[in-house]
Amino acid sequence: MQSALGWGDYGGQMLAVAEAEIRKLRHDPVELMTRAIQPVLWLLIFGQVMNRLRAMPTGGIPYVDFLAPGILAQSVMFIAIFYGLSAIWERDSGVLVKYLVSPTPRAVLVVGKALGGGVRSLSQAAVIYVLTLLLGIPLRLQVLPILLLLLFTLWGSAVFATFSLVIACLVKTRERFMGIGQLLTMPFFFASNAIYPVTLMPRWLAVLARMNPLSYLVDALRTLMLAGWPSTFGLVKDFSVLTGVLVVLIGIAARLYPVILG
Amino acid sequence: MSTWVVETSGLTRRFGALTAVDQLDLRVARGCIFGLLGPNGAGKTTLIRMLTTLLPPSGGQARVAGFDVVREAARVRQRIGYVPQMLSADPDLTGYENLLIFSKIYRVPATVRRKRIDEALSFMGIAAARDLLVRHYSGGMTRRLEIAQSLVNRPDLLFLDEPTVGLDPAARHAVWEHVQALWQQWQTTIFLTTHYMEEADALCQDVAFVYKGRMVKHGAPAALKAEAGEGATLDDVFIALTRIPMDADAPGAR
Repeated sequence: MQSALGWGDYGGQMLAVAEAEIRKLRHDPVELMTRAIQPVLWLLIFGQVMNRLRAMPTGGIPYVDFLAPGILAQSVMFIAIFYGLSAIWERDSGVLVKYLVSPTPRAVLVVGKALGGGVRSLSQAAVIYVLTLLLGIPLRLQVLPILLLLLFTLWGSAVFATFSLVIACLVKTRERFMGIGQLLTMPFFFASNAIYPVTLMPRWLAVLARMNPLSYLVDALRTLMLAGWPSTFGLVKDFSVLTGVLVVLIGIAARLYPVILG
Repeated sequence: MSTWVVETSGLTRRFGALTAVDQLDLRVARGCIFGLLGPNGAGKTTLIRMLTTLLPPSGGQARVAGFDVVREAARVRQRIGYVPQMLSADPDLTGYENLLIFSKIYRVPATVRRKRIDEALSFMGIAAARDLLVRHYSGGMTRRLEIAQSLVNRPDLLFLDEPTVGLDPAARHAVWEHVQALWQQWQTTIFLTTHYMEEADALCQDVAFVYKGRMVKHGAPAALKAEAGEGATLDDVFIALTRIPMDADAPGAR
């Protein structure tokens, strides 16, 4: 007779779910490359043009420097927010059912999925780093800031991937999801400090930006990438907000996950 | 250990006004190949979804592998394997990886994992394609891979929901042979649903007919055929059973 599962087993199951996602990426790296194109355009075209304007109060650093961490956060979010599509696809095939019939708690499945989604975003960090170095942007290249940046990238991506999973569980079909995904990315992006500082915003928008988890991700990435950039909220607060949002979203997603079948 | 690997009493599932499974009493003996037969929409898949803990019953009880499907769902999940009707192997992973991930999900100890995966793959006749992405598999190969995948945790009970739907005759026979071989090898109880009577005849020692959510007949295929008359096939039994209750169960009767 097998005994009941313990925490170690849950950890193993979570890693197995994430491993499946990572193995898929290894089989199809083309996806990662095409995803690198958009941030390159933002930095090379939008960033370069806006850089000449010198109108943005970026605290004395060139605009393109200010922009680079924002674009990393943006591309992480854009990728993660469509992650729910894979859950819908797994429902439409029989893949999801097999996971749900396995002795894996729903929350463990969701955390594993979030982690798998997070790993996808790490390649974006690599792309942005290489690009910013080529552009001659001065970066903090010490080990600790880079490790922390990878952690925040993973964390932020997990937040939006789990959010996406929640949306997928609610809307249930691919078509509706595509529409809603498009609809959600822009407000998150514009109501954040990704491409302009919060100080420039009208009051109502500044309030929204402070409620937007993307702002905390951008703040952390900017602090960790740029030398001498003063963090707006502080890294501890950035991390706490993202973790809090992640825990709540995982709780909701774990409740809704079996609902996607119905 | 109980002789019954599946035991339901008064099991019922309603979807709004529709009663998909209606007061079902069913017992399946440990170690047999059992076939749940019935036309499309008879409630077979709903019953399987309740027995695999995916769907809570609206009424009645069910025990699977000795555990209650509602109160001890996690225990049930540890003891069963399930191959759903839809293709369920991940096409973006190789055959080997599909089994690897599931052996980790089921917490198969790392020391025996490789051996079990290799064994399951060669047993189901797909060892040569192990490193190929599943998207390149044929329908019959995918189905055999899915059965292999459901074997990694050595389940007490294996659910196969319409295992050969959409397969050509050669692939169908290959699946039958493998199901029979795995049953002989491990004595795993197999609970399959089908609306192909020849499939039930080829595989099952025990069959039950469901129609409109109710059980209308339960017994050994040979006995049911004999009862239906000389030279009768399971098809004849099926047609006879699904014709009579249609009048008794006319709209408004419930």
